[in-house]
Amino acid sequence: MTQTATQRPVHWRPARVAEVREETATTRTIAFDVPGWPGHVAGQHVDVRLTAEDGYQAERSYSIASPPDGHRVELTIQRVPDGELSSYMCAEMRAGDEAELRGPVGGWFVWHPEESTPVLLVAGGSGVVPLMAMLRERARAGSTAPFSLLYSVRNPEVALYAGELDALARDGGGLDVSLLFSDAAPEGTTRPVGRIRPDDLAGTGLPAGSAGRAYVCGPTAFVEAVAGLLADHGYDPSNVRTERFGPTGG
Amino acid sequence: MAVVTRGFVGRRDPTTAQLPPGQYLTPDFPVLSAGPTPRIAVDQWRFTITAETGSQHGWTWRELLDLPSEQPTVDIHCVTKWSKLGTHWQGVSLDTLLEPVQTQAGYALVRSYGGYSTNLPLADLRGGKAWIAYRYDGGDLPAEHGGPARLLVPHLYFWKSAKWVSGIELRTDDMPGFWETMGYHSYGDPWRDQRYAGD
Amino acid sequence: MSDGEYVDGNAAAGMLAEAFRTEVSTATVTCGNCGRSGRFADRHVYDRGPGLVARCPHCGEVNARMVRTPTDVWLELHGSTSWRIPAPPA
Repeated sequence: MTQTATQRPVHWRPARVAEVREETATTRTIAFDVPGWPGHVAGQHVDVRLTAEDGYQAERSYSIASPPDGHRVELTIQRVPDGELSSYMCAEMRAGDEAELRGPVGGWFVWHPEESTPVLLVAGGSGVVPLMAMLRERARAGSTAPFSLLYSVRNPEVALYAGELDALARDGGGLDVSLLFSDAAPEGTTRPVGRIRPDDLAGTGLPAGSAGRAYVCGPTAFVEAVAGLLADHGYDPSNVRTERFGPTGG
Repeated sequence: MAVVTRGFVGRRDPTTAQLPPGQYLTPDFPVLSAGPTPRIAVDQWRFTITAETGSQHGWTWRELLDLPSEQPTVDIHCVTKWSKLGTHWQGVSLDTLLEPVQTQAGYALVRSYGGYSTNLPLADLRGGKAWIAYRYDGGDLPAEHGGPARLLVPHLYFWKSAKWVSGIELRTDDMPGFWETMGYHSYGDPWRDQRYAGD
Repeated sequence: MSDGEYVDGNAAAGMLAEAFRTEVSTATVTCGNCGRSGRFADRHVYDRGPGLVARCPHCGEVNARMVRTPTDVWLELHGSTSWRIPAPPA
């Protein structure tokens, strides 16, 4: 048995920005080219380190948005008010710029395309990023494992990957996607606006109990609340995998 | 040699204030901690100085507030490189609290609710250099910044200004605290860049 | 004990990898205080400070601490009875 992607040594690697894509008004995807990248598994993250001319350094963790693809690592960064890295990366960073990445990191919050277990994904805000990597990997691998995404956002303007999620859901192949708006919803939305509720879980049609696996990602308070709802809904806590971003992000 | 990122400056104020080596000015007040914020009701709060002989001097919250207090304005320097100038506090000087304590001890081990600890020479708590502070910037000291009360000893790196302070042990030997046992400098003078053991 | 100020063991795995030289989020840690075992990924990690502190999600006690200085990694595990880290066949 060779070393899996979750067992290789990790260290800082030079990375160069290959491409920048605006996603919403406050988020941007930055595609890095990382020579020697050992590959990664959907759900993993990287640590990014930026160094100023005078040697000052700052680092933050970001989930990988892209499925494994050679040397390419894509991150979707949300601009956080006063965010030390995010304000630079969302405004200033451009193709050709250099940074350092350490990773991939994370051996538990991962999904492998060989798995056929039904999966519930629950995302709060930018917590959708690692779950999107899983959905993109699922599509790339042609997996038909039943997947359901519950994606909680404040309003439609801040929903990430909206077009792509719509297309993936309409493709058939066992994925359904629900956007849950907490502040403002598009006209005609039947679900009353508000935070995620027990009713939202009932709608997915996925098995709970020992058969169900869930991945929950977002700010710590969101993840704690959802983990509670899942336990009430019959999920075995050992099948609920969580990734907490901390109070803000970066 | 680390890769340099074009145009990255970080969260730093470009004004040229006189700062210790390696420090950067910050406009905000970062919250750094080793664990969950302890929530201590003031009617349960106690502060105790224990001399090397074992004899104890303790204060309740009311007793602390009844002591003469001072309103120091000081610069603070965190080992994680941020500095904040001209911070306003209110608290009781350690000179006042140490007055009734008979001791020959040379060292202090400061302990906090929640388990944190830090060590420093007793001399660095005397001479108008340290306070038990309970107000910050005109209001009650918020829990996330160490309230109800924290040690304030700004001439050393700010990890020595223990949040949620519960007591000080006076010792004849220097016992390293929470970060001092993990590679941080035993004394921690920001002006001599004493961040790590051996600096 | 939930206060929103911590992240998962997942988030800390990059820094821990500098000490362990491998990914440890799936390591099984036995808490030295309450005796419960669980994944490192489930620890409550406080990482915005002079160093990193990983606490047991059940009892809150410190299972591990780590500091990265310019020249060394300091690692302290006295709050863990054991760590079991998946490894390729010897």
